[in-house]
Amino acid sequence: MAAEFIPEAEPLHPRDNYLNVRYGVGSWLLTRDHKRIALLYLASITFFFFLGGLFALLIRLELLTPGGDLVQSETYNKLFTMHGVVMIFFFLIPSIPAVLGNFLIPMMIGAKDLAFPRLNLLSWYIYIVGAAFTMWAVVHGGVDTGWTFYTPLSTAAANGHVVATAVGIFITGFSSILTGLNFIVTIHTMRAPGLTWFRLPLFVWSHYATSLIMVLGTPVIAVTLLMVGVERIFHLGLFDPALGGDPVLFQHLFWFYSHPAVYIMILPAMGVISEVVTTFSRKNIFGYRFVAFASVAIAVLGFLVWGHHMFVSGQSVYAGMIFSLLSFLVAIPSAIKVFNWTATMYRGSISWRTPMLYAFGFIGLFTIGGLTGLFLATLGVDVHVHDTYFIVAHFHYIMVGGAIMGYLGGMHYWWPKISGKMYPEGWARFAALIVFIGFNLTFFPQFVLGYLGMPRRYHAYPPEFQVLNVMSTAGASVLGVGYVIPMIYFAWSMRYGKNAPANPWRSTGLEWQTTSPPPTENFPVPPVVTSEPYVYATESEVVG
Amino acid sequence: MRPDLPLFPSQASAMAPHVDALYFYLLAVSAFFSLLIAILVIFFAIKFRRRSEDEVPVGNEGSLKLELAWTVIPLLITMTFFVWGAKLYFRMNRPPNDATQIFIVGKQWMWKLQHQDGQREINELHVPVGTPVRLTMTSEDVIHSFFIPAFRMKMDVIPGRYTQQWFRATTPGDFHIFCSQYCGTKHSAMIGTVHVMEPTAFQAWLSGGSGSESLASAGSKLFQQHACNTCHRNDSQARGPNLEGLFGKPVQLQNGQTVTADEQYIRESILMPSAKMVAGYQPIMPTFQGLISEEGILQLVAYIRSLSPSPGSAAAPSPGGMAPPVKNSSPEREAPK
Ligand code: HEC
Ligand code: HEM
Ligand SMILES: [Cu+2]
Ligand SMILES: [Cu+2]
Repeated sequence: MAAEFIPEAEPLHPRDNYLNVRYGVGSWLLTRDHKRIALLYLASITFFFFLGGLFALLIRLELLTPGGDLVQSETYNKLFTMHGVVMIFFFLIPSIPAVLGNFLIPMMIGAKDLAFPRLNLLSWYIYIVGAAFTMWAVVHGGVDTGWTFYTPLSTAAANGHVVATAVGIFITGFSSILTGLNFIVTIHTMRAPGLTWFRLPLFVWSHYATSLIMVLGTPVIAVTLLMVGVERIFHLGLFDPALGGDPVLFQHLFWFYSHPAVYIMILPAMGVISEVVTTFSRKNIFGYRFVAFASVAIAVLGFLVWGHHMFVSGQSVYAGMIFSLLSFLVAIPSAIKVFNWTATMYRGSISWRTPMLYAFGFIGLFTIGGLTGLFLATLGVDVHVHDTYFIVAHFHYIMVGGAIMGYLGGMHYWWPKISGKMYPEGWARFAALIVFIGFNLTFFPQFVLGYLGMPRRYHAYPPEFQVLNVMSTAGASVLGVGYVIPMIYFAWSMRYGKNAPANPWRSTGLEWQTTSPPPTENFPVPPVVTSEPYVYATESEVVG
Repeated sequence: MRPDLPLFPSQASAMAPHVDALYFYLLAVSAFFSLLIAILVIFFAIKFRRRSEDEVPVGNEGSLKLELAWTVIPLLITMTFFVWGAKLYFRMNRPPNDATQIFIVGKQWMWKLQHQDGQREINELHVPVGTPVRLTMTSEDVIHSFFIPAFRMKMDVIPGRYTQQWFRATTPGDFHIFCSQYCGTKHSAMIGTVHVMEPTAFQAWLSGGSGSESLASAGSKLFQQHACNTCHRNDSQARGPNLEGLFGKPVQLQNGQTVTADEQYIRESILMPSAKMVAGYQPIMPTFQGLISEEGILQLVAYIRSLSPSPGSAAAPSPGGMAPPVKNSSPEREAPK
């Protein structure tokens, strides 16, 4: 993606970039600049990440001993519910799209902003209002249904603030929908001259696929939660058999959104990895079209496999078989991506900078997460491991080992662009190592626990499971440290970090062809794209 | 304290070794691919590490052959998982005809279990080695899930319907029963023990029970208490269909459909009689929703089932537990309102 190179590390004039162009709270809260809105999201999701982490810490402390001795059962149940709700709906779903996607999509396609800047700001406000409802519920005693809100527990039995929490998630859903819509329209209409679909960076492709899911899937969860609220308040028999409803119907509706939602969480991270692997291998991606179409295939097939969460819910054996078959199909595009990233490294010029370390971690851990997904798609095995710690380990390998590693890798990669400062490389590598070790120590023992039969969401457990739980808790403490360190040095670098050049990694990405941090309009001169993405070698070398 | 570190669950049912074999196959394939990727990534990262800031490697050209290979090979491998897994699942969901019946009612936060012969247990289940056992389960409140890890067996227990699963225990001993579907405050206390016993010990345990009556005969009492017999009788005054020989037979419905009279159908006929009307009858049967407990309904079902002795079925009337057939029930009971 060749474009005019801006001379590097020119001393910046005051007030020439999006950060210092205007000061004051109002200039942030009323901004329409996608980059500033991205930072608003960054601050909010960071808050929720640490809040969710605090709940996780308490969960792990409780599980240090077999007896339920640290907190009451009711409190424990609220902790894991709020951990799940906060991490999924208020951190992971918005994380990469709303922060990095928001910041980078316009820059990657050579645009000034998203198609609807006001709508973008509105999305953030909607998110905050939704979060406020859920936080109200948390502060006023919490909710204990599990993030899955299964009926009739959530409609007839649970005693927490189910409705407030559900309203919060319902509202936040609109923020997702609007962001998705904004991305889709932007990608369709605002690409720079010469930037054809197959010249788009893979980060943009993966966000395009993610946006499709956001727009098509989120309304379903919204309606489902509305139904839960209606049944709880007006006793309309939708799900509760005592009122003439069907309890399993809820699960169909819930997973119809929530399975695709897991791809909302991982597809953007896959996009980050495609960018990082190419930049730090200095190579064009192996199999560009396969990687791009894999994202779309995942988004489409992802809508057809929800029943794999319900293999033991009494659904028909034949339905189970179809869902199992389709679940195997959805794993194939993920495998294609992993193979292509690995092949991209072959004969590259591999730099061991922090973003690439996170990419290595991502590839390894996502592979394990994806492969264990195959265990779960295998009917005869899922019957045993369903609702045990095996599931917990599976999705944490993907969501924490995959998505959060991708997010952190991306944050390090684009930090110079976002902040105009370099992060301290030594500390960053050290933190990446700590995260990797802590992560595996936390979640690997959970596979073993799960196959042994320890059910998930257990406040107390039989004593023979203790050793593995202690390992997991120890790992969680290490992991926690690994997450706090980057927080500190990112903040530190804002003030003390070295000034970042426009393109510290010598990447070909369009976003690197402008100053760091960029001016409000991103590119002083609108760029024109004349070649494929990721062209590092000269023309003759590519051919030869 | 000696740290106890089990790494693999005990195998105590006929199904367990099959599930484990498939699990090991999955493990082997996964280990192969994880190691392959890990080794390649590490090897490339070292071998091709950047040696000078200015080096620019040759670009990729891609390879359709490779792309096809790593699409088709994983696809074929996953199809082996699919077929093997589906086969086991099919077997798990097809109880043999001669299985002994046990009825389970889950409620927040306990398991109530009843044997065919009437023994009742709470959070405990005694079963003999070698005999297939079929569990018919329902819940009084929210969804639970009945899970015995040592049997590699699990099925949700759902209010308003029956679910089933079966097992054949192979190893005597005590094993965990867990509720695995989150069901509220004391979910983690909804646990129990299954005692797998040698057949002789099991017989001794059965006869040691305190003179409990069989499920079917308890059901027959309920049948009279609730005056079902005023309508369901086989004389000229019958206003409802004769229930003798009903179980397991096809029933012609008013809307032209045919359904098989299984547990689920009988339960529904008692709680929601108008949902599936039998052809040729008036909608006069009152609903018993809220009047009979889930356990009572299970007893009624067992009773109605016992009216149709089917060959080889464990539901065939057991000696002593034999319930009186409908025609013997007192004809002079008044009809319900
Ligand atoms: C007022 C008369 C009446 C009473 C009392 C009554 N039933 Fe019924 N029952 C009927 C009629 C009429 C039908 C057929 C129409 C229908 O399907 O509702 C029927 C159908 C059934 C069926 C389905 C039979 C088939 O052939 O498919 C079952 C099972 C049944 N009743 C069980 C019971 C039980 C158990 C009770 C007591 C708890 C009971 N009934 C009480 C009148 C009655
Ligand atoms: C690679 C293909 C994948 C396959 C075949 C797969 C398969 C499955 C299956 C079958 C289950 C249900 C297991 C059960 O409850 O018994 C499951 C659960 C789950 N998976 Fe995956 N998965 C895959 C990828 C992912 C990804 C990419 C994510 C997230 C980013 C993810 C997150 C989850 C979550 C959150 C659950 C558990 C939900 C809950 O019950 O709370 N999975 N997966
Ligand atoms: Cu899923
Ligand atoms: Cu439970």
